[in-house]
Amino acid sequence: MTRRLPKKDVAIIGLGWTGSIMALELAKAGLDVVAIERGPWRDTASDFSITTAPDELRYAIRKEMFLRPKQETLTMRNKLDQTALPIRQFGSFLPPNGVGGGGMHWNGQTWRFLPDDFRIRSHTIERYGAAFLPENNFIQDWPMSYAELEPFYDRFEKVLGVSGQAGNLRGQIQPGGNPLEGERSDHYPTPPMKQGYSQSLFTKAATDMGLHPFPRPSANLSEGYTNPYGVRMAPCTYCGFCEWFGCANYSKSSPQTCVLPALMRYSNFECRTDSEVTKVNLSADGKRATGVTFVDSERTEWEQPADIVLICAFSFFNVRLMLLSGIGKPYDPASGEGVVGRNYAYQVGAGAVGHFGPGFNFNPFAGAGSLGAALDNFNSDNFDHGPHGFVGGASITNAYTNGRPISYHPVPPGTPGWGAKWKRAVHETYNSTTNVGAQGSVMSYRDSYLDLDPTYKDPLGRPLLRMTFDYHPNEQKMANFMMQRSGEIVRAMGAKQVSTNALRVPYTVVPYQTTHNTGGAVIGDDPKTSALNRYGQSWDVPNVFVTGASSFPQNAGYNPTGTVGALCYWTLDAIKSQYLKSETPLVQL
Amino acid sequence: MENPTRRQLLATTAAIGTAALAGTPTQARVISGALPWSPNESYPPTLVRPGPWQFFTAEEAAVVEAIADRLIPADELGAGGKDAGCAVFIDRQLMGPYGSNEWLYMEPPFVPDAAANFGIQSPVAPARRYRDGLAALAAHTRQAFSGRLFHQLDAEDQDRVLTGLEKGDIKIPDGKAFFNQVQSNVVEGYFADPIYGGNKDMCGWKLVGFPGVRYDYRDVIDNPNKPYTLPPVSLMGRSTKAAAR
Repeated sequence: MTRRLPKKDVAIIGLGWTGSIMALELAKAGLDVVAIERGPWRDTASDFSITTAPDELRYAIRKEMFLRPKQETLTMRNKLDQTALPIRQFGSFLPPNGVGGGGMHWNGQTWRFLPDDFRIRSHTIERYGAAFLPENNFIQDWPMSYAELEPFYDRFEKVLGVSGQAGNLRGQIQPGGNPLEGERSDHYPTPPMKQGYSQSLFTKAATDMGLHPFPRPSANLSEGYTNPYGVRMAPCTYCGFCEWFGCANYSKSSPQTCVLPALMRYSNFECRTDSEVTKVNLSADGKRATGVTFVDSERTEWEQPADIVLICAFSFFNVRLMLLSGIGKPYDPASGEGVVGRNYAYQVGAGAVGHFGPGFNFNPFAGAGSLGAALDNFNSDNFDHGPHGFVGGASITNAYTNGRPISYHPVPPGTPGWGAKWKRAVHETYNSTTNVGAQGSVMSYRDSYLDLDPTYKDPLGRPLLRMTFDYHPNEQKMANFMMQRSGEIVRAMGAKQVSTNALRVPYTVVPYQTTHNTGGAVIGDDPKTSALNRYGQSWDVPNVFVTGASSFPQNAGYNPTGTVGALCYWTLDAIKSQYLKSETPLVQL
Repeated sequence: MENPTRRQLLATTAAIGTAALAGTPTQARVISGALPWSPNESYPPTLVRPGPWQFFTAEEAAVVEAIADRLIPADELGAGGKDAGCAVFIDRQLMGPYGSNEWLYMEPPFVPDAAANFGIQSPVAPARRYRDGLAALAAHTRQAFSGRLFHQLDAEDQDRVLTGLEKGDIKIPDGKAFFNQVQSNVVEGYFADPIYGGNKDMCGWKLVGFPGVRYDYRDVIDNPNKPYTLPPVSLMGRSTKAAAR
């Protein structure tokens, strides 16, 4: 028996970055808001206490705070003619669970995409011709320009207190910053983090090579900061427990440190935890959401009526919920028609490891999730792609996020896998190894998509999401190019021995690569090729808005959260300034 | 109290006999009006105490200790896998959710011979992997080494057996998977916080120079390329002897 709750103005699915920002701003506007979160409530003092947080086994290896596959997972296949198998243990990516979402366990690298990324299709055709685009690509321009999104990037960075050095301030190139970035309207809210010894070698080597290194933008704060919501943060201590951990130090920007203390002051907001939304309910004609159905930890089913439904879960689960609810036409790779599940993309990872030998103390444990120097000379279209034959690019970085030894105990190539020689190599190499890594874009293709699996089900008997994905020749070419550039830089830094990290092909669900899973419910100007209009509003059900990286038409050579946050404020602005007045589709065809 | 802490809820759950796990609250709550707060709310891990084997038989434990000592031999750089407590670590891990794959997706159909890029596709959980692997290894060494078990072999023969398992030359069922399982768990035990029973006296951290959970390295950033000289600290503090009390 389903119990029916009193109607709310707004029902939000998932209380991570975008859900908490939406909740705060709409509660502030006077609306009655409920957020329904399938994981537990978590906060700094109780859950990430300094006496329990720095525990590699518990959080990074056993993955205590992540979504457990038993609760929900996906199936994966590389190609259309394969049978997908369930991801029984998360490896390649780690979806979040609980209040704070991915914003609780992330590293904090807070990038803006480059202006060319937003019109990559038009730009590539203009510069290289249409024949340069890869076979079977679904590359799409974004439905807004960088300039249109810039004020919202700025707002998100100020809420997080991002530490960085502007490189292009209102058109003026600034020393020490990224000269290739899009024009910024303001400085970063806090100065860049101090860089470590390895970054000083990287910066010198790259500069000597004619490249343009800079400290990467960081949501591990360089100094104390009070954000526009009145929440105070503390300076980062480089403890090396960022990614996959909660921050015990109030130094890593997260919903917990930046939004929830302000949000919880609004009595017109409530959060329901350990309650999983199973469906967005639609009116009989399917054109209006009437609210959501959720199941709590006792398996009691509830109906929560609402005027507006905001789908703010992790990217995969936004797409799955739309498919299960019948919002938008599911994508069919045979016909190329349909939009929900279309344009799934991921990230390219490749790089080089430098072994420096005696006399080097990189002290990798003195790290932070966003500590690092980066360069954009090989990102987006900042270089001539003509001779290389691929579309897209990568940010190249020298970083120490951590030196946690279960996962990080590098050995030089040729070392045995165990025994006395292995032990000696681990002893000698830990402190004298550094790496240069590339994080590259992934384009969208006709055969990279998400749909519902025909075989495997979740504990409630609903089909799991199925991913069909592999790296195409375009991405493989790009990864090889970036691996070579990374090797050149680490050699110039003084490495005595260099080993390379190539892109793993076919795509594999192990080991960890990145949790930058994008697409599946993309924004666009054409309802034939996008599930959402330019404001993140469903074309089919206009009182449903969807946030998150699921809305990226393809992925760029950066971490997604900066753009996820900017799009959230962009959507929020459209809801507040337009939708609440008209309650109609914000884009009329 | 309107909002009992998760710990109190866990206590309730445990009292009615359901397997409750530290730090895994699952009770739905409605939170409104203020950040939830309860005094002393915290979710520490369970401290592993020395004592009788919980999962292994004495014979199994002797074999696992011997394997750990060949994977990470004792030498002038520090303790070997046995004295580091790797077998104690593994014994306790196998009794928890890890040993039974409790948090993983374990619904059929299984396709155990799937390509490696599909990850784990076998229904065999770590506890079962150890039980079956150790039994098969015992049968193999008894047959190949005139009735002896692995821990009764000399170091050269032990290394030969391990290499045979690793390369798949010794044909016991899932021998390679068993080797990989033990190797990854021994490394975990050698480097995990000593609170879990391995990494005795922080030997693993001393081997590489990891200072543990000191939590503030601003001085390291300010002094580039200098050796770090302070001894490591674990979640229990400086000395792991506290665990024995």
